[in-house]
Amino acid sequence: MVGILVVLALMLISLSFRSGSDGSLGGIHAAGATVLRPFAVGVERVAQPFRDAYNWVDSLFAARSEAERLRQEVEDLRQRAIQNEFARQQNLTLRALLEYRDGPSFPGDFHGLPAEVTTRPTGAFTQAVVVAVGSDDGVRVNDPVVAPEGLVGIVTRVAPGLSRVQLLSDQQLAVPSLDLRTSASGIVRHARGTRETLVLDRVRKEDRVRVGDEIVTAGWAASGFSSLYPKGIPVGAVTSVGQTDTDLYQQVQVDPYVDFGALDAVLVLIPETRPR
Amino acid sequence: MTAGLALRAAAVVFVAALFQAAIFSSFSIYAGTPDVLLVTVISLGLLRGSVPGAVLGFAGGLVVDLLTLETLGLTSLVLTLVGFWAGRYAETTARGRLMPLFLAVGVMTVLAGFFAFALHYMLGDSVVVRHALFTTLWPAVLLNLIVAVPVHALVRTLVGKRTTFQPAGQVELVA
Repeated sequence: MVGILVVLALMLISLSFRSGSDGSLGGIHAAGATVLRPFAVGVERVAQPFRDAYNWVDSLFAARSEAERLRQEVEDLRQRAIQNEFARQQNLTLRALLEYRDGPSFPGDFHGLPAEVTTRPTGAFTQAVVVAVGSDDGVRVNDPVVAPEGLVGIVTRVAPGLSRVQLLSDQQLAVPSLDLRTSASGIVRHARGTRETLVLDRVRKEDRVRVGDEIVTAGWAASGFSSLYPKGIPVGAVTSVGQTDTDLYQQVQVDPYVDFGALDAVLVLIPETRPR
Repeated sequence: MTAGLALRAAAVVFVAALFQAAIFSSFSIYAGTPDVLLVTVISLGLLRGSVPGAVLGFAGGLVVDLLTLETLGLTSLVLTLVGFWAGRYAETTARGRLMPLFLAVGVMTVLAGFFAFALHYMLGDSVVVRHALFTTLWPAVLLNLIVAVPVHALVRTLVGKRTTFQPAGQVELVA
C-alpha cells in the first residue's frame, strides 16, 4: 500500500515537472486548485480578524519611531517631487520635439489587476505565492507583479482564478535594472547564500553607484522584443558597493523595497494592448 | 478503521492542510514556520498506525500541492513517508518510550526538512542551503514541538487511538 503511494507520488512529481502548466496534468492541477480555493478563502476569512489584531498590536510598538522617520521622509520627498515635476515637464517637451519612441513603461502602458495573496510559501524551499486572479481575469504567464513598494516578481503558472507568482527572491529570476541616479545598468538577481538580499550584477567598474541609490527596472525594447519587466518599477536601495582587482564587475548589494514575507495584496500588470 | 472514522481522519487532514497553506505558512517566528500538517500526520500515524498515516499523509500533501500550485506529489511523497514512519514507530518501539510524540515530531521535522531539500535540489529548484537546513529548520523544530501537544490532543479527541497494534516481529540472535 505504502509502496503504491510512493510510486504514485513519484509519478505525479515526474508528470507535473515535465508537463508544466500547459500539459494534461496542468489542467487537472488547475481544476483541483479551483475546487479547493473556496475552502482556502474561507479559512483565510476566519483567520483574518486574528491576523489584523496581531498586526494592530505589533504596529503600536513601532508607531512612534515610524512616525518620526516618515515625517523626515515626507520633507525629503516633497522637495524631490517639485524637482521631479520640473524634470518631467522638461522631459515631455524634449520627447515631443525629438518624436522619441519608447518601449513599454510603468504605469502608463499597463493596468494593474489587484489580487489578494491567498497562499504563501509553505516552506524554505519555495519563493512563490499564489494570488487570487488567473486566466479568467486575463492574466498570462510572464506578466509582471508589483506591490505598492515595488517589484514583486513574475507570473509563472496560471489557472482559472489563481496564479503562481515567482518572487524576486528566487534565484531563477533576473531583472534588467538600472541605478536611478546615474543610469548605471545591471541585472538584479538573488544573492547566493542569503534569504532576501538581491545583487545588482554586471555593473561596470567605471559606473558610479553609491549606497542609498535607488534601483529601478530598466526595461528595453529591440527588434520587436521587449523586457518582461516594464521600465520604472522600483526594485530596492543599494546597501553596499564593493569591487576587487580580479572581478570584472562591481559587487552591488540591493535591499528590496518589498517585504516578500509579508505580502497581502499585489497588482498584476496587464499590458494595455492586451484585449480585455 | 471504520468508514466513519476514516472520513473523520480525512476531514482532520483536509482542515490541517487548509490551515497550513492559508494561515500558518505566513507565520514566521525567528525565521521558522510551524508545520501543523506535518504534526497532524505524525499524530495520526502514532494513533492509527502506519498505513492510515501514509494514506492520510499522501492526501494532505496533495491538498497543499494543489493549493500552492506546487509540483504535484512533492509534499505528498514527504508526508507519505512521515506518516508511515510515525505509524511504524508507534507499532514497534514507541510503547516503551517516554514522550514518543515529542521524539517523533522532532526527528521527523528534521528528516522531512532534509528530504524535501533533496527533492527540491533534484528538481533543480533554487534553494539556499544555509537558510533551508539551518536558519529555518531549528526554529521550525521548536515551533512544531510547541504545537504538537494541542494538535495531538485535538486529533486524539476527534479520531481516537487504535487499541491493538500488531506486535513487532521478534528476531532471535544466535551466537
